[in-house]
Amino acid sequence: MNWTLTLWRLASFAVAAGLIALWQLIANLKLASPVFLPGPDRAWAALMRGFSNGTLLEKTIGTLEHMFYGWLVASVVGIALGAMIGSSRAMRSYVAPSLEFLRPLPVSAIIPVAIALFGLTQGMALFVIAFGAIWPMLLATVHGFGAVEPRLYEVARSLHMSRLAVIFKIALPSASPDIISGMRLSLTVSLILAVVCEILAGLDGLGHWVLLSARAFRSPDLFAGVILLGAIGYVTALAMSLVEQRLLRWRTSGH
Amino acid sequence: MRSERLKAAILPMSLLIVLEIWARSVDIHSDALAPPSAVVLALFQAFGDGSILAATRDTLASAFAGLAVGGAIGLFLGIALGIFQPLDRLMEVTIESLRPIPSIALLPIALIALGFGYRMEIVIVAFACVWPILILSRAAVRSIEPRLIEVSRALRLSPGDRISKIIIPAALPRIFLAFRLAAGIALIVAVTVEIAINPIGLGAGIMIAQQALRPDLMLAYLLWIGLIGYALNAGLLAAQQHLFGPAALAGEVR
Repeated sequence: MNWTLTLWRLASFAVAAGLIALWQLIANLKLASPVFLPGPDRAWAALMRGFSNGTLLEKTIGTLEHMFYGWLVASVVGIALGAMIGSSRAMRSYVAPSLEFLRPLPVSAIIPVAIALFGLTQGMALFVIAFGAIWPMLLATVHGFGAVEPRLYEVARSLHMSRLAVIFKIALPSASPDIISGMRLSLTVSLILAVVCEILAGLDGLGHWVLLSARAFRSPDLFAGVILLGAIGYVTALAMSLVEQRLLRWRTSGH
Repeated sequence: MRSERLKAAILPMSLLIVLEIWARSVDIHSDALAPPSAVVLALFQAFGDGSILAATRDTLASAFAGLAVGGAIGLFLGIALGIFQPLDRLMEVTIESLRPIPSIALLPIALIALGFGYRMEIVIVAFACVWPILILSRAAVRSIEPRLIEVSRALRLSPGDRISKIIIPAALPRIFLAFRLAAGIALIVAVTVEIAINPIGLGAGIMIAQQALRPDLMLAYLLWIGLIGYALNAGLLAAQQHLFGPAALAGEVR
């Protein structure tokens, strides 16, 4: 069984390698203009060059920082606000509808407002990323708190637990699957918004780098940047799902 | 029910009133804030001269064209991968390495390949829409009741008939759900591309209003974009409920 799985995996890698070879072939035959389609060899060389002289590493760290700080602020504020709103019935009926109304708003539309408020600065990027990334976590926390098994609340009442104890001992653990899936969604959102903010405000990061490369028609550098952005998306999603498995192990390990 | 609605309206209403009174009393000259009444006035003016309508047309046209292209590709691949398991396993590495690329990262590539305008925006929206539809329609095809497939075998349906008469109808509720989610993504990506770089549509309109230091017009655009997002979501939700009944919403992942 394990053998066949490995074989399929190998075959799948072979298909991906074949497609890269096809890309190389198209680039070599100049079926698409080399101005915007460099071969994988040139993109790879640009990637290696960028890492050996340190520029790409610096840009990657810049993007990761923007993304991570915004996401962190959004996580803390989102879960705290969500817990506040979700743990009280009154707050839920007064505030939750307004949140539901705001949810379908394309968050990038807040960027001009943020630029007007903060200028083209790091603070603007932090605000935009945090604002965009907060929604999935906020709504997931409110929803998760609302969906707690009512009997657990009854138990808490008969034990005379304080509201804080109820939140930390009952509501948060039982809402954690919702919250973590919200956090994962937010990670994707914050990567996209980090790139957009870098493009708009010229902040140091991969978004700015790919735009500059495009303007100078340095397509290998451009592709190297896009590959790195894909890698960031992949690695952060992977890390999040590992954290999820670890944190939620108690749910599957039969209690 | 009515009191619930009333409670829901209290917070935004009181916020608006406070903002209005505050803005009027200190006579603000801000680049970012404007009294709500001025925002509504600016919205009506933008309707009056037709600028916001043209921008809405551009944004929605690109969003829906991208959704159509990306949706068609995603649906085709999703059904193909759902039916032929070996194909799915072979494509796994390719798909999993393309999927995490943030759609907006393709913007510079699309920019030098296609230039400004509709085409570049449509390509980016299409790329963003392929993945949710591919993943959800693949899952939808796989979760079809196996007996339906057995029936189609017993009836000796041709592969084309099997897909159009059995597989697509059975997977349709979940495919529609995928389209609803992708429509929201399409609007978000279209507006984002316009804000970042493309000089057409609502995103460009709101950027121009900001650069012209017209906070009233900027917030009017923001309000209008929010309303479109809300209406699109609510309309598709209603259509989903109408077409497939409440059962279609029951198993929804939130």
